[in-house]
Amino acid sequence: MNFWNDPLKIVADWLTGIFTGWGMPAVIAGVLVAFIGTLLLITVLMVLDIFLVWLERKVVARFQDRLGPNRVGLFGLIQPFADIVKLLIKEDTTPEGADRVVYNLAPILSMMSVLILWAIVPLAPVMLGVDLNVGLLYIIAAGAIGTLSIIMAGWSSNNKFATIGAFRQVAVMVSFEIPMVAMLLIPTIFAKSMGMNGIVQAQNTWYVILSPLGALIFLIAAIAELGRAPFDMAEGESELVSGYNIEYSGMKFGMFYAGELLHALTFGGFWAILFFGGYRFFGLEKVSPFLAVIILLAKALVGYWAIMWVKYTMMRIRIDHMLAFNWKFLTPLSFVLLMVTALLNALLAGTPGWVYVIGMFLSNVLVAWIALEIVRSVGRKERVKAEAPKPALSEVERVAAEVHH
Amino acid sequence: MNEWLYVGLFFIVGLIIPVGAIGVAWILGPKKSNPIKLTTYECGIETVGDSWVQFKAQYYIFALVFLVFDVETVFLFPWAVRLGQQGLFAVLEGIVFVAILIAGLVYTWRKGMLEWA
Repeated sequence: MNFWNDPLKIVADWLTGIFTGWGMPAVIAGVLVAFIGTLLLITVLMVLDIFLVWLERKVVARFQDRLGPNRVGLFGLIQPFADIVKLLIKEDTTPEGADRVVYNLAPILSMMSVLILWAIVPLAPVMLGVDLNVGLLYIIAAGAIGTLSIIMAGWSSNNKFATIGAFRQVAVMVSFEIPMVAMLLIPTIFAKSMGMNGIVQAQNTWYVILSPLGALIFLIAAIAELGRAPFDMAEGESELVSGYNIEYSGMKFGMFYAGELLHALTFGGFWAILFFGGYRFFGLEKVSPFLAVIILLAKALVGYWAIMWVKYTMMRIRIDHMLAFNWKFLTPLSFVLLMVTALLNALLAGTPGWVYVIGMFLSNVLVAWIALEIVRSVGRKERVKAEAPKPALSEVERVAAEVHH
Repeated sequence: MNEWLYVGLFFIVGLIIPVGAIGVAWILGPKKSNPIKLTTYECGIETVGDSWVQFKAQYYIFALVFLVFDVETVFLFPWAVRLGQQGLFAVLEGIVFVAILIAGLVYTWRKGMLEWA
């Protein structure tokens, strides 16, 4: 075993050796090494986050036929650092009417809720924080802290825009959590495991092939969970100015902003892990753990790019349409899909692998087709009803209408 | 080492980093506060009253339905993990379980509670 095959263990053993050599008890040395590892991972994430600001600005510029940041440094790469310096030397304000404790705690929790998600992300077969056997439940629980931070920010600002924005955002987040959680169950059924590493290890066939509809529903629900366009009613610039974070400025706003970008990348990563094989790519992950990390990051960035693509292409949806879409379409559909998957999983057990894959794929296509046909026929009925000629007016009504004119 | 201890460490470091960033900004930033700067932002219009008033929570029913489904999914996770070993019977039980909850959703829908009003 050399450094390139299992770097974390080598470095951890080396550090533990040094610390115990200083006369430190083994338990404390272990905790200290884990602490250093955590600090390192989170620092890398924060640096990555800084580049995400640049990436987001560059990509949105391209979508809008602009150049984006291109003055400071090569391709404007230094721009986000200049932005951070600006954020750091801005005045730290708390509005007069705000609840000080809750107001200042909200951006911290917002950032934390994203960072703690990375505790369970398997970066490579041997590079992972911790392989919790209830990994998927941990994702849901950590996501709840994000929801909490938004309602905290909106309520404590004592601003009407912020309150309304937070109310909308929380309504959307709790609603779309249902299809998302249902879609988390599909990889669980395939992999027979709730742990992230178990799901990646079991993915000899990418789950997007077994369940394309599941991957799509997960992406839609994840975008809503992130509060990004087209599900960004909470921010609605034209009516709520900025929504829940309206009163925040300087680094506190920076925490919300950076948290949102990192959250989007994280969900791109989860999409990759659950449906696109995580760090696995035709056996390349076995060559070196570093290569596996690069594969996962590339897949996460593709997912992040898909989320950005949707954001900068779609228009904002009205809140009642958004919730109706979730409760009347996505939730029933996701549970039907879950049940079909469970049923086929039992019926196709024992058949050759290719029959299983084709059966699952076709069942997904069939469920999607039936769902779209139902929506189409309901929509047609509604349209016929709306376009039906109005019943002829009676003589009295006609006269009344003329008088009115 | 206990894996939950590691998660706990993540919580601590995850708190330290944003607190540190905001703290550094607090130290470096100017402190020239005045009453106008700290007023509530409402596009230049003076604020009337505060916003901690009775507020119509349109999503109250959504939150209740959400609660039912969220608890349900917690029950479904162990079911999904063990599905492979349990055979068809467990699948049918799962379908009955979900069908009961979907019936609840349909009831809410028919009662007109899934409208944002």
